[in-house]
Amino acid sequence: MTERLWNILIDSFPRILLPGLRMTLPLTVIAFALAMVIATVVALIQFAHVKLLTPLARFYIWVVRGTPLLVQLFVVFYGLPKLGVYLDAFPAAVIVFSINEGAYCAETMRGALESVPAGQLEAGYCVGMSYAQVMRRIVLPQALRAAFPPLSNSLISMVKDTSLAANITVMEMFMATQRIVARTYEPLALYLEVALIYLMFSTVLTWLQRWGERKLAAKGGVAHA
Amino acid sequence: MLEVAGLCKRFDSLEVLRDVSLRVEKGDVTAVIGPSGSGKTTLLRCLNFLETADSGTLTFGDRRYDLSRMARRDIAAIRMQTGFVFQSFNLFANRTALQNVTEGLVIARRMNREQARDIAMDALRRVGLEDRADHYPSQLSGGQQQRVAIARAVATDPRIIYFDEPTSALDPELIGEVLSVMRDLATTGMTMLVVTHEMRFARDVSSRVVFMEHGAIVEENTSAEFFKNPRQARTRAFLSSIEGKR
Repeated sequence: MTERLWNILIDSFPRILLPGLRMTLPLTVIAFALAMVIATVVALIQFAHVKLLTPLARFYIWVVRGTPLLVQLFVVFYGLPKLGVYLDAFPAAVIVFSINEGAYCAETMRGALESVPAGQLEAGYCVGMSYAQVMRRIVLPQALRAAFPPLSNSLISMVKDTSLAANITVMEMFMATQRIVARTYEPLALYLEVALIYLMFSTVLTWLQRWGERKLAAKGGVAHA
Repeated sequence: MLEVAGLCKRFDSLEVLRDVSLRVEKGDVTAVIGPSGSGKTTLLRCLNFLETADSGTLTFGDRRYDLSRMARRDIAAIRMQTGFVFQSFNLFANRTALQNVTEGLVIARRMNREQARDIAMDALRRVGLEDRADHYPSQLSGGQQQRVAIARAVATDPRIIYFDEPTSALDPELIGEVLSVMRDLATTGMTMLVVTHEMRFARDVSSRVVFMEHGAIVEENTSAEFFKNPRQARTRAFLSSIEGKR
């Protein structure tokens, strides 16, 4: 490898990593946290068969899962100004990513809720607990535990999907890389470099997932474990 | 202490319970027997509102309720005074044996933790499992899980405990330990309504026997009379078919 290429790679590393820490990471963390709230609420609505809200929840999941994330980003960032709704790139990305991820995770959560044997809910009623009490203390903790691995999966996917936010001018890692490429004409080296940085992010998350699963297992009481 | 009258229940076109009427006095141990699909389990589930009856009345204590139109508050009040033991145990998988028992005391009855713990340990001692208090259900055998479930029901000091085929999901060698716990419970004067296939329990432990078939009560008597002098031809046929198998 030439010295020039080395210099470009070394020089660009912080210039890619920094937008990663300043944009990619906050975008992922904030949007995923919001997605978890949306997912839990939407899953609980369906689990409890709440009238009127259940069809609404199904509709939300149907629309969001049936349309591309990139299109959703464009509709919100470039489309909504037509209706007088102007959003900065970062909040627009947060909104779209949380709504999008919320739909997928809602299905994960619903499956996890349904995996808890219904008999435990009945047993809760029979010792005098209310629906809310049984859900909070018995069903939800077990559902969250069951949902932990697939939700970790979603989180790792999301870190990488945030690169799409470059398309609506969010200055995240991928956009930073594109700019350096435009200046240096070294697409192969630089795109491999940003791939490596995404891999670092995902690796850390994978470690966190393993650590979390060990923590949960240590608490014991996993159904059928 | 408990009286059901005119209880009817159908699942779509299937009539599961037809005009069932039943009286349980304080201290009675009533065994409900009968072939599979005779509506025994549905009867119990209607009594604790896990199923909603289509019609019928329930007299519980000194109040009378319309089973098809129960207020949520009344359901909660009755459940506070009853225990239920399921065929499949239904222990809370994320709670230890002790926590399974305290949950109904601390959360549903707002009892303080120390008092709940003492009561729960007593209940676990009664079923012979005080040394398993900190085990999770997945670490217990089926027989032990069912005994914890019985402790969970006993700890709330109910006026009656419903048992829904409590030994049907158990390996044969584990049935005895559960039956013996139930026998001890019966001797302390606990009012029990027990759906069961265990004829020895019906004969030796229960004070009354109810025989159900096709969603209706065919015959009801003290257990001594029931087994000695069954009055109905269908009862005799059922009893002899069971004798044949043993």
